[in-house]
Amino acid sequence: MLTYDLVIVGGGPAGLAAAASAKRNGIDSIVILEREPELGGILNQCIHNGFGLHTFKEELTGPEYASRFIEQVKELGIEYRLHTMVVDIDASKKVTAMNREDGLFEIQAKAIILAMGCRERPRGALNIPGYRPAGIYSAGTAQRLVNIEGYMPGRKVVILGSGDIGLIMARRMTLEGAEVQVVAELMPYSGGLKRNIVQCLNDFDIPLKLSHTVVDIQGKERVEGITLAEVDNTGKPIPGTEEHYDCDTLLLSCGLIPENELSRGIGVDMEPVTNGPAVNESLETSVDGVFACGNVLHVHDLVDFVSEEATVAGKNAAKYIKNGGKHDEPSHPVIKMNPTGGVRYTVPKTINVDNMDDQITVRFRVGGVYKNCYVATYFDDELFSRRKRPVVAPGEMEEVKLTKEKLLAHPDLKQITIKIEEA
Amino acid sequence: MEKRELTCIGCPLGCQITVEMENGEVISVTGNTCKRGDVYARKEVTDPTRIVTSIVNVDGGTIPMVSVKTRSDIPKGKIFDCARALKGVAVQAPVHIGDVIVKDVAGTGVDVIATKNVEAAE
Ligand SMILES: Cc1cc2nc3c(=O)[nH]c(=O)nc-3n(C[C@H](O)[C@H](O)[C@H](O)COP(=O)(O)OP(=O)(O)OC[C@H]3O[C@@H](n4cnc5c(N)ncnc54)[C@H](O)[C@@H]3O)c2cc1C
Ligand code: SF4
Repeated sequence: MLTYDLVIVGGGPAGLAAAASAKRNGIDSIVILEREPELGGILNQCIHNGFGLHTFKEELTGPEYASRFIEQVKELGIEYRLHTMVVDIDASKKVTAMNREDGLFEIQAKAIILAMGCRERPRGALNIPGYRPAGIYSAGTAQRLVNIEGYMPGRKVVILGSGDIGLIMARRMTLEGAEVQVVAELMPYSGGLKRNIVQCLNDFDIPLKLSHTVVDIQGKERVEGITLAEVDNTGKPIPGTEEHYDCDTLLLSCGLIPENELSRGIGVDMEPVTNGPAVNESLETSVDGVFACGNVLHVHDLVDFVSEEATVAGKNAAKYIKNGGKHDEPSHPVIKMNPTGGVRYTVPKTINVDNMDDQITVRFRVGGVYKNCYVATYFDDELFSRRKRPVVAPGEMEEVKLTKEKLLAHPDLKQITIKIEEA
Repeated sequence: MEKRELTCIGCPLGCQITVEMENGEVISVTGNTCKRGDVYARKEVTDPTRIVTSIVNVDGGTIPMVSVKTRSDIPKGKIFDCARALKGVAVQAPVHIGDVIVKDVAGTGVDVIATKNVEAAE
């Protein structure tokens, strides 16, 4: 059986940054396994610009951002295998993968980093009645067709869902000569960035209909039209508000979910809110030596934070391997994170102060739009910090930074609460 | 007097900004919460610009398409001209990030450059 110190599953921005970080922290025996024909992950199809402002202080396109990390991995001499799909991982860290040259093969790893990214919500979950004619695509599939294969899926388009991928595709298909008639959003607000609403819709006079959904799809073989209706505050269509649109294509942009079949197979504990693994301060799952980062852990909107998170995971995996594949007994109680009052989840979920760096970034998302509020952090019942924010929204990831020094000053700390407080 | 309504893209607050103009001159900017909104609104009403990204065909490469962008932002009114100028363009592999694909696109003075490396197929 092949053996490596570290196996990284997925060669997107998370896998690449994790690999580079592990190597820089002294691990030489590393392999990245990627099922696609090239490294770079989802960024290869995100040809628009807006990536990397935090990391490189310039606005790059997705492929340019990916290439900076691909170059690093190549310069560091890190091994990778393309066209290679990981099919199973067990709790003893044996990885089963396959590709055309080697067939099915196994690798015994000392540590594993999960970096499989996410996938789009399947359309079955959307509950649209009627036939399933051709011409219905998820926005990400359409993005791949247009940007990688150079194939236009249709000419007259309606988009359901105003997440960033849907907005980006509205502009993209317009520039390729399609007529994008309307973007409909079930919620009373868009989950997409303001910048994308302005530059992808307003620039092209594409209307955005909030609190609307598709109630009917016409056409048997191919989509011929759809019917939109307004919804009430419980999400139910309001009779009499139906509007018809002729179209040959319906794009669904209904959100992303972490791709975690493999993680479940290993038996790691999952976090129901994110659909990703529950992790500690080292971004390590409930199975020792199995780490996770990027969209497989929780869906990110900024790739810069993916790279940052992955760098931490790579460093911690290196530390675990150098420590002989074990952890020292914690000298303090493990601190539990308690997201509440508008905060939906935190990554990490627990903190062992002994294992943390000088500083740790706790990332989270909120459940609604809050204006003029505070992000408040409590150490047990004592207020630790309160940061005023003009606005927080579900579409943007938030963070709180904690230092080791501050945590060590509270040796009996059991729980850290993060919540949103009205001003 | 002319009034323009804009949404600021500077942060998630997305302030609704009203700009009052006379003879192409900005008279007042209201509705913004911070200075960034003012700067954004003035630029947006007098000289709106965008980066345009797209793809073009590659012949003899490992993949069929290569992604491209305008090297710097171009006037917003030229977006469609730029998109049209890229229709049917084909380049020969290998192509590297930064290679000029179309010079001075649509008379903007700005080049369109590759944003991805595509090696020649063996
Ligand atoms: C449409 C879209 C637009 C975006 N726009 C922006 C933007 O404007 N600005 C910005 O900063 N961020 C943006 N993002 C976010 C950013 O691109 C992602 O957060 C980032 O790509 C996530 O990186 P990742 O490595 O976790 O996942 P991915 O990039 O998805 O990479 C995961 C990799 O794992 C591989 N993989 C999965 N399962 C297996 C398996 N079993 N075996 C082998 N390999 C496997 C996949 O093939 C893939 O290559 C956008 C994302 C999307 C989807
Ligand atoms: S004006 Fe300032 S606060 Fe308002 S959206 Fe723009 S950047 Fe944000």
